[in-house]
Amino acid sequence: MELLAFGKTGWGDELFIATLMTIAVSITAMFIGFLFALIFTPLKLSKNKFLNLIANSYTTVIRGVPELLVIYLFFFGGSGAVMFVASIFGYNEYIEINAFITGSCAIGIISGAYSTEVFRGALQSIDKGQYEASKVLGIKKNIQFIKVIMPQMLRLAIPNLSNVWQITLKDTSLISVTGLVEIMRQSYIAAGSTRDPLFFYSFAAVLYLLLTFVSMKLINRLELKYSRGH
Amino acid sequence: MDLELMSSSIPKLLSATVVTLKLLSLSLFFGLFIGLLFAILRLNKNIIINKFAYGYSYVFRGTPLLVQIFIIYFGFGQIEYLRSTILWVILKEPYWCAIIAFALNTGAYTSEILRSAFQTIKPGFIEAAKSLGIKNKIIFYKIQIPIAIKQSLPAYGNEIILMLKGTSLASTVTLMDVTGVAKYIISTTFKPIEVFIVAGSIYLFITFIIHNLIKYLEKKFSYQ
Repeated sequence: MELLAFGKTGWGDELFIATLMTIAVSITAMFIGFLFALIFTPLKLSKNKFLNLIANSYTTVIRGVPELLVIYLFFFGGSGAVMFVASIFGYNEYIEINAFITGSCAIGIISGAYSTEVFRGALQSIDKGQYEASKVLGIKKNIQFIKVIMPQMLRLAIPNLSNVWQITLKDTSLISVTGLVEIMRQSYIAAGSTRDPLFFYSFAAVLYLLLTFVSMKLINRLELKYSRGH
Repeated sequence: MDLELMSSSIPKLLSATVVTLKLLSLSLFFGLFIGLLFAILRLNKNIIINKFAYGYSYVFRGTPLLVQIFIIYFGFGQIEYLRSTILWVILKEPYWCAIIAFALNTGAYTSEILRSAFQTIKPGFIEAAKSLGIKNKIIFYKIQIPIAIKQSLPAYGNEIILMLKGTSLASTVTLMDVTGVAKYIISTTFKPIEVFIVAGSIYLFITFIIHNLIKYLEKKFSYQ
């Protein structure tokens, strides 16, 4: 137990901060994923074949390729890509991107592919009558989406989004390969210096279980809120 | 775009594909048995057995696969007792550690898939079989299992694809699968995009084959 003590003697405070880091990366990645979904869901539903193709290749490629490979692409290619863009604007110094940003973007793109599929499914299962009825009532198009379609879509999407959240949370463990100190990386460091990998990795598993358990409880509450009347 | 690097990395990555496919097929093979076992335990009326099976699938589905591999590969080596038993022959090999972790992980997901498949079987089928005087054992093997297979095929197809992506984690315990070799080539040449395209296409191609295979099996098993 003294291994988990806070302060200089144990790893308690380090692991606590690492847990916060995992939560921060997951939330950022989920948010980036939503931004991607915001772009690609309309493309998926559009009638234009070319736009469809773009969105379909995004979701197919990202969901068919291992997460680790995407992370390596970002880890090794990220600063190169940014430096290339910067060189166009005449900036030729070496740029190093923070591991947090690289990791969140990589996981965010993955989570975005799953979110896109969820939103597409939810939007497609909304009855056509809802659109027609709100049109007949003279509701403007943007208000129609925000006030009529979106609340119904969220009710359908939240259970699946909770799955996406779980996947995203677990995927953040892979960012440890880039050196970002989250739960997995911190356990690796602690296991290395105390020679007690069994304890630290099991403790990491407990932390992840705790995170998934608590987030499930929170999401269930949200689900109840959006399914009032159903 | 460095086309030369791309073409020179193809043979290396293709030979690594064999490792990936071996890992995938062995872990799916063991995982299917584990999944079937735990699905049956889940349907047991004894609350302790039931909770145990639920706990197993909850823990393995709630933690990252990476943690599971690390516990088995780095953690188990620490237990002195294990080192003295015959199990150590298996557990000192990263290859088998990865397969054990993958099999336990996919077993947890498979047990959930099979459980829900067993639960959707209409009780009328079993009652009809019983009234025909068919033995319980034969009802299980000849009626429940074939229906459950058919019901669970689409979900199991997704699980196979998830597992294919999961095998990439074997590269973290020194195995040279497609991702492991890709990482090696990237870190020696610093050309991530080219290698990503080749390695990604290999994974996509395998996914494509699995997808079509499942579709074919679904058609074969559908009796409507």
